[in-house]
Amino acid sequence: MELRYTAEEIAFRDELRQFFRTQIPAEIRRKVSEGRALARADYVTSQKILHAAGLATPNWPVEWGGKDWSPVQRYIFVEELQANAVPQPLGFNVTMVGPVIATFGSEDQKRRFLPGTASLDIWWAQGFSEPGAGSDLASLKTTARREGEHFIVNGQKTWTTLGQYADWIFCLVRTDPAAKKQQGISFVLIDMKTPGITVRPIITIDGGHEVNEVFFDEVKVPAENLVGELNKGWDYAKFLLSNERIGIARIGMTKERLARVKRLAQETPAGEGTVWDDPDFRRRLAWSEIELKALEITQMRVVAAQRSRAADKPDPSSSILKIKGSEIQQQATQLLMDVAGPYAAPRPDRNEDGLNLPSVGPEWADAAAPLFFNFRKVSIYGGSNEIQRNIIAKAFLGL
Amino acid sequence: MDFDLTDEQRLLADSVNRFVSDRYGDFEKRKAYRAEPRGYAAANWSAMAEMGLLALPLPEEEGGFGGGPVETMLVMEAIGRGLVVEPYLATVVLGLGLLRRAGGQPDLLAQVAAGEVTLAFAHQERQARHDLHDIATTARRDGDAYVLDGAKGVVLGGDTADRIIVAARLSGARRDRAGISLFLLDPATQGVTRRGYATQDGLRAAEIVLEGARAALLAEDALPLIELVVDEAIAALCAEALGAMETLRDLTVDYLKTRQQFGRAIGEFQALQHRAADMLVATEQARSMAMYAAMMVQDSDAAARATALSAAKALIGRLADQLGKDAIQLHGGIAMTEEYKAGHYFKRLAMLNLLFGDTDHHLRRVVAAGGLPE
Repeated sequence: MELRYTAEEIAFRDELRQFFRTQIPAEIRRKVSEGRALARADYVTSQKILHAAGLATPNWPVEWGGKDWSPVQRYIFVEELQANAVPQPLGFNVTMVGPVIATFGSEDQKRRFLPGTASLDIWWAQGFSEPGAGSDLASLKTTARREGEHFIVNGQKTWTTLGQYADWIFCLVRTDPAAKKQQGISFVLIDMKTPGITVRPIITIDGGHEVNEVFFDEVKVPAENLVGELNKGWDYAKFLLSNERIGIARIGMTKERLARVKRLAQETPAGEGTVWDDPDFRRRLAWSEIELKALEITQMRVVAAQRSRAADKPDPSSSILKIKGSEIQQQATQLLMDVAGPYAAPRPDRNEDGLNLPSVGPEWADAAAPLFFNFRKVSIYGGSNEIQRNIIAKAFLGL
Repeated sequence: MDFDLTDEQRLLADSVNRFVSDRYGDFEKRKAYRAEPRGYAAANWSAMAEMGLLALPLPEEEGGFGGGPVETMLVMEAIGRGLVVEPYLATVVLGLGLLRRAGGQPDLLAQVAAGEVTLAFAHQERQARHDLHDIATTARRDGDAYVLDGAKGVVLGGDTADRIIVAARLSGARRDRAGISLFLLDPATQGVTRRGYATQDGLRAAEIVLEGARAALLAEDALPLIELVVDEAIAALCAEALGAMETLRDLTVDYLKTRQQFGRAIGEFQALQHRAADMLVATEQARSMAMYAAMMVQDSDAAARATALSAAKALIGRLADQLGKDAIQLHGGIAMTEEYKAGHYFKRLAMLNLLFGDTDHHLRRVVAAGGLPE
């Protein structure tokens, strides 16, 4: 039993760290660190740099640009990305639709989509949730009916993250209205420029435009854009959602954030000293750090176990990582807001990059409250924490 | 990074687990063990000696197992699962931990390993609460022996221990870090008064008064050694708590599946399912932290080691507290009975939290260190 990395693992980590710190523009990393919204160009710039170095899609099959890395190396990669405030390669591309196409897609689909998906020349959005299908995703109603060489898609998707930038959207659609819930769903790829698609922004409580509603009105989708078999979409969606449990808890990110909280607390005046001198504040921070340490080891145990466990076998760890990871992420954003104190309140106008110009209080402080507001999402999306508890109770405790 | 056990460690775990399920699987037996003259089963202690468990930390060339914190973790986890009452922590983790590092005493080490002699560590004093350097008991030289005066409290296993290791001051004021030494005491010596008693969790302890009691010097200026061995005891307690927590969780989940109310198993109610799920989350986090404790207790940087062990004790304390209370609540009335197992696990977890520093104490230490070591 050994917690520390081997010399080779340390060398691997240091090489990545050096690359991230020198190659990814500092301004982009600063925005990530402060929890500010990124512009489309920031994502693209960052992913193209990773892609050029062969680092955008390490989890893909080697023939499509993946790396033959061990689970530990993959883990180190994700941790270092987060700990150095590098924007993660777009998840919709890299951990969601890419692996689905690479695993279940036709050869034509692979050749057509995978290179642009890796380089972010194609920006993907995820079309799963609907107004009536949240936690109960299988109750989705968007339909695709076959007409000759096309599917005709009608319905509405929602919570479509960064859909305003998307070139394509991968959707779960109902292709057999007579079939029971999970059956009769298919996985299709839709060009966002197709007539009949309308994107409407949803402004969230942090004031940001991160999510959207997407409406489909008699949208003609070529039949060749069906992925895999008709009515097997639910299986592909499950594959997609279980694909990436490394990184779900965002431990590297929270570590970086708590280190920042500590630094800023030591710089932020409070009476005769600084915020850091407040023992109650430091107790709360210590709890978050301790819980994060436990979760980090839980995560490492999951990574180590991947060497011996079949990848598709369910285990409770992803639910545990999701529950605790989201709770600690939320604690970290709250601590950051508390450091800002009264100067968390000012809400200056934003320019198109989401930057407040000029800042009212300390330069970082105006992003703290919106981040706290925004991060309420992490215990809701990707299967709410209550759904995760249902999963643990049913699948692992046998209740 | 590696979480696999070696073949030897797996064999050790298997044999300890078998021992605990054989001897403690039937909970009624525990009551009988406690009724024996020493408050635990002499036969169990001999069996542990035969299995080599009492020589676990001794080097192989001295007939030991050469075991480190991971081996101790495996044993203590099993002890936690069975609510084992034999004085393993007192004799092996604390007693041998101090004795083998203090040096000398090869015959005594062999007797302990053979199960012929048990040990206890008399450190705690009433005023000190959790501060290891707060020692009022004094020692003075008299010929080639030393004479001890003072009072020690809640000495684990101290009522029946055959030899007692005493922390006392050769110099300095009550709260000085320097001047604390370790002495080996035969409790039959004149000037030693022991008042033995049961603890709330079914173990045994003693108040020990020393009035001119003669003892042999084991180690001078021993506070760093005491801190190391107490950190090892904390790692061991984390593992014991983990074993108890997992067993209590399983007991609770089984009960939710069998207890019928409103015409169905109460485990079908989501309010209870979610609390059971939280118990699983808690035990997984506790397991991670017990591993962290086992690995960090070997760290050569004493400050980093201490902070890490405090973090482990604090978090496991908090998790164990919540899990214990939830286990009672989810069971309902049955867990309030002396006859049923769950309450005994709850009580053991509650007492573990108070040993060697409670959650508040350890959190304060993490805060004082400015956070966890890198």
